[in-house]
Amino acid sequence: MTHSGTTKPKGSIAAAPEKIPITLTVNGTEAKLSVAPWTTLLDALRDHLDLTGTKKGCDHGQCGACTVLVDGRRINSCLTLAVMKEGAEVTTVEGLAHNGELHPLQQAFIDHDAFQCGYCTSGQICSAAGLIAEGKAKSADEIRELMSGNICRCGAYPNIVAAIQQAMERS
Amino acid sequence: MIPFQYTRASDVADAIKQIAADPSAKFIAGGTNLLDLIKYDVATPTRLIDISRLPLRNVEETATGGVLIGALVPNTDLAYHPLIEARYPLLSRSILAGASQQLRNMASTGGNLVQRTRCFYFYDATTPCNKREPGSGCSAISGINRINAILGTSQSCIATHPSDMCVALAVLEAIVHVTGPAGARTIAFADFHRLPDNTPQLDTNLEPDEIITAIELPAKGFSTNYSYLKIRDRLSYAFALVSVAAALELDGDTIKEARVALGGVAHKPWRSSAAEVVLRGQRAEASTFANAADILLRRARGFGHNDFKIGLARRAIVRTLGQAARGTPQSISDKKIR
Ligand SMILES: Cc1cc2nc3c(=O)[nH]c(=O)nc-3n(C[C@H](O)[C@H](O)[C@H](O)COP(=O)(O)OP(=O)(O)OC[C@H]3O[C@@H](n4cnc5c(N)ncnc54)[C@H](O)[C@@H]3O)c2cc1C
Ligand code: SF4
Ligand code: FES
Ligand code: FES
Repeated sequence: MTHSGTTKPKGSIAAAPEKIPITLTVNGTEAKLSVAPWTTLLDALRDHLDLTGTKKGCDHGQCGACTVLVDGRRINSCLTLAVMKEGAEVTTVEGLAHNGELHPLQQAFIDHDAFQCGYCTSGQICSAAGLIAEGKAKSADEIRELMSGNICRCGAYPNIVAAIQQAMERS
Repeated sequence: MIPFQYTRASDVADAIKQIAADPSAKFIAGGTNLLDLIKYDVATPTRLIDISRLPLRNVEETATGGVLIGALVPNTDLAYHPLIEARYPLLSRSILAGASQQLRNMASTGGNLVQRTRCFYFYDATTPCNKREPGSGCSAISGINRINAILGTSQSCIATHPSDMCVALAVLEAIVHVTGPAGARTIAFADFHRLPDNTPQLDTNLEPDEIITAIELPAKGFSTNYSYLKIRDRLSYAFALVSVAAALELDGDTIKEARVALGGVAHKPWRSSAAEVVLRGQRAEASTFANAADILLRRARGFGHNDFKIGLARRAIVRTLGQAARGTPQSISDKKIR
């Protein structure tokens, strides 16, 4: 018996399924694109729409780097198919600033030095925007718990919590 | 990953028709488990049937005083629903103890039940695994089995069911509503998940062409004396090594009714009627809880790396029952275990 883990072409699927046209509203602008069924929302944003602010860390829901807001709620874009989000409103880190002014969370992350390498930061900021909209976290403990879906390899956690607290107070 | 096609189901009948016509198709709801498994070549559907737009998103009271939860209600919405927070706080707490807020925003109630094990070898398509490839052997029994089961195991599989929500649903004795080509039926929660025996490829008694439409909670919610305690390698965003859901009904110091289920230790949420019987009529105190723990774990067996789970589970059971009896359920955000 073999235990091959690599992709083996199967007869029935030799002809790749056709691309599917979809419409998304990304950062307030309507985007029409044509994607393979297996294209994740993350890959659609990065590779089809050139919005590379959203990062791919693990691609398996384990790090939060790919966090975006869909219809106002934070989700992991790596575990979502773009075709499933047809018609949805997507906000990425590129869509947070308004009229050249940073989003309060972006400003707070700068004020508190809440990053080192910055790789997790766009996910942290989108996640924190979702957190504030949910209104469930008040104490630092609650912020830590409800931000646990965003891993920071550099360990900037204390400053991230402080930045979120600042943005929360001002929102 | 192998390429797959994508279709949408227009209603429940259409979903069943589509899945019955294509044995290599799978439903996709939140996608948080299935897409993960597809990326690892563990799941290889050639077609995904998107059920996420079906109108199964209501949480409503039933005529018998319970609550009916649509299969597509996201985990977050369920955990924060006023009816659930007020009457079934054990369910709320168990959901919020699982995954992350982003994942809970995506994950559906039905999908949570059908999520698959996190056994390392199940996830590694290059190793033998009876659950992934029946007959190939079990790599975990003599491998790195720290996260594996200590109860209800078989020679073919020692995997655990990873859900937190299901541990609470077992205590609450939920009823699973499903529909298939032959019509609708209900499955008692205790009969929904299976033990591995010699068919570990089957996690549940759901037929491949059936869809979960709703989960029903009976009226009894144990909203006064309950607790969900989850022990894991990190304080958050990690699967349970051991978890305990406990619910009590007290008359002063005396236990009138008791239910306990364990997570992270078996192929399904683990209950023992004998353990619950010894709790009834007794004083709610540590020695009583220790008796129940002994009975729950009587047949527990470790496989080396996971031997520690037996002692950990014993202490966690006593703690959780104590928290329930005192009316001080484990906090989600304050990680101190009291
Ligand atoms: C990093 C990470 C950490 C996690 N941590 C935890 C944790 O700590 N605790 C925990 O409990 N869970 C945890 N999870 C698992 C998560 O809860 C599940 O993935 C989720 O509940 C699955 O729901 P879904 O709707 O996304 O399912 P999907 O991925 O869409 O589907 C899963 C399976 O269910 C089937 N299915 C879905 N809906 C139905 C239906 N209505 N009828 C019949 N079949 C259906 C699908 O065909 C598929 O086989 C974690 C997941 C990740 C990725
Ligand atoms: S324990 Fe079960 S899932 Fe894990 S390797 Fe063995 S057969 Fe596979
Ligand atoms: S890239 Fe999506 S969670 Fe890591
Ligand atoms: S700043 Fe480097 S990973 Fe968070």
